[in-house]
Amino acid sequence: MFAGFMMNAWTTATIVAVVAGVVGYFVVLRGSAFPAHAIPKGAFAGAAGASLLGISTLLGLAVFSVLGALGIGFMSRRGRRDVVTALALVMMLALGAAFLSRTTEYEPEIFSLLFGEVLGVSSTEILPVAALGLACIAAVAVIYRPLLLSSVVPDIAEARGIRGHRIEICFLLVVALATAMTVPVVGALLIFSLMIGPPAAARSFTSRPLLAMCLSVVIALVIVWAAIAASYLYNWPIGFFVGALGALAYGAGRGWAAWRRTRTTRPGALTATFGH
Amino acid sequence: MHQLYTSVFEPGFFASPQVHVAATLGALVAVVCAVVGVFTVMRGQSFAGHSLGDVSAAGGSGALLIGIGPVAGFVGLGIIGAGVMEMIGVRRVRGRDLATGIVLGAAIGLSALFLYLTSTSGATTGAAQQVLFGSIFTTTSGTIPAVAILGALALGAIAAICRPLLLATVSPDIAAARGIPVRLVGLAYMLALAVSVGLSSLAIGAILSTALLIGPAAAALRLTTRVARALIIACLTGVAATWVGILLAYDSYYWGSAHEGLPVSFFIVALIFATYLASGVPAAWASRSRPEAAPATAGERDTIAA
Repeated sequence: MFAGFMMNAWTTATIVAVVAGVVGYFVVLRGSAFPAHAIPKGAFAGAAGASLLGISTLLGLAVFSVLGALGIGFMSRRGRRDVVTALALVMMLALGAAFLSRTTEYEPEIFSLLFGEVLGVSSTEILPVAALGLACIAAVAVIYRPLLLSSVVPDIAEARGIRGHRIEICFLLVVALATAMTVPVVGALLIFSLMIGPPAAARSFTSRPLLAMCLSVVIALVIVWAAIAASYLYNWPIGFFVGALGALAYGAGRGWAAWRRTRTTRPGALTATFGH
Repeated sequence: MHQLYTSVFEPGFFASPQVHVAATLGALVAVVCAVVGVFTVMRGQSFAGHSLGDVSAAGGSGALLIGIGPVAGFVGLGIIGAGVMEMIGVRRVRGRDLATGIVLGAAIGLSALFLYLTSTSGATTGAAQQVLFGSIFTTTSGTIPAVAILGALALGAIAAICRPLLLATVSPDIAAARGIPVRLVGLAYMLALAVSVGLSSLAIGAILSTALLIGPAAAALRLTTRVARALIIACLTGVAATWVGILLAYDSYYWGSAHEGLPVSFFIVALIFATYLASGVPAAWASRSRPEAAPATAGERDTIAA
């Protein structure tokens, strides 16, 4: 399980999990689950286009994810955000279908672009993934305070001179960056599970932002490592384990929150009764 | 005149049985999607509408694996997914999006597993692409009755709960004060959404399902605020985009010398996307000519705040 070729998988998956945990925290906080699903899935079309033109997959992914992010960002000035996201997504996917109809791309490659092929990562891919991952974390660190403020209390952020719309576009670009680096490794669909499940679970355990973000990274790491190990042992696709464990983590978080609520309300109710 | 006619309708267009099936199925699905879609857009549940397509596609790949009918797989898992989303969904929009996302993530994991198991058992090739993109030209006429019955069922459900649903959509508080069971109405709507999205994913593929659900309805709601009018505009737009898209895809085979057609989903989505963009023009024009009468858009508020 820890043979030479597996070490690449462990390294890249670790980088991906850290980025997904950090970016995903803001995805959940801002209620941006739909763009976080739409940008990676739509960027998949860029990979198809790149294979048609014979250029690098990473470039195609990057171009399409940035275009998708900007498209959603600018169109949502004049329309409802969820509508605009849905339409941008289907337009990108339709382009992808058109590209695919022109290539003779082998089906397993489509499958791996969608669902990931972490066990097939080569050592030359690690460096770009690490560099993009660092860029992603750095971008979040730079816009951390305004991003947090505009996510939690948009009105106060506006009053302090933070332009909500600019922050939104910056954030969508960070998601696009995270997409471009992670799609070749974990697939267009899985990065979404990894950006939603762990942070959603982490937020049930604590309401402090930094702590929740760290916890979300830890949960993402545990999920990815467990998924790789399980995928290695049982030979099932890693995507299944990531999806299932993500949902399980969220369920555990909700269960914990509910249990703590009942435990804290009971003494509270007693004080209310006997308080006066 | 005849030359113009044959250049628009390439030879054999009206005689092709595939075109007949595609046009009939496409129109059926477009109408069901447009009607349900108007409520989806008004309720801000586009994400759920799109996700249910992926969830039902997971059901479709599961059905492929265990060898039951695709209709049961698509619609069955779609209904389960909608129920779970509604069950764990919190009242606030952000919580609802999160619930949708969790269900979607789990469904994607399931479809990865099902597709993997199907492809290793070697029964089918092209399964991943079929489930993901679908193609209107590959559906057989045998699907039409199932689609028609389920579509009628979804439309009937929407018609039955139309008034309470509208009130619960526009103002949940007033609806609750009038004694309307808001959550129950929401659940009934989600089930109708699941049935219509499931059947449209099956018939025309996941991309087109989302496009026909959201696009025509969103364009119609930008043009009018009256629900009845929006429903009519959405239906007409959806059917028109579908038919013109089918025609263009058929013709595209004769474009150039390579004789390689483009997929029909590409044309339909492009038409819908263009329609949505065009539908913003009247409102933008009106707000420019009468700036004091129109409410400020988000963009204008940004400019004023700056």
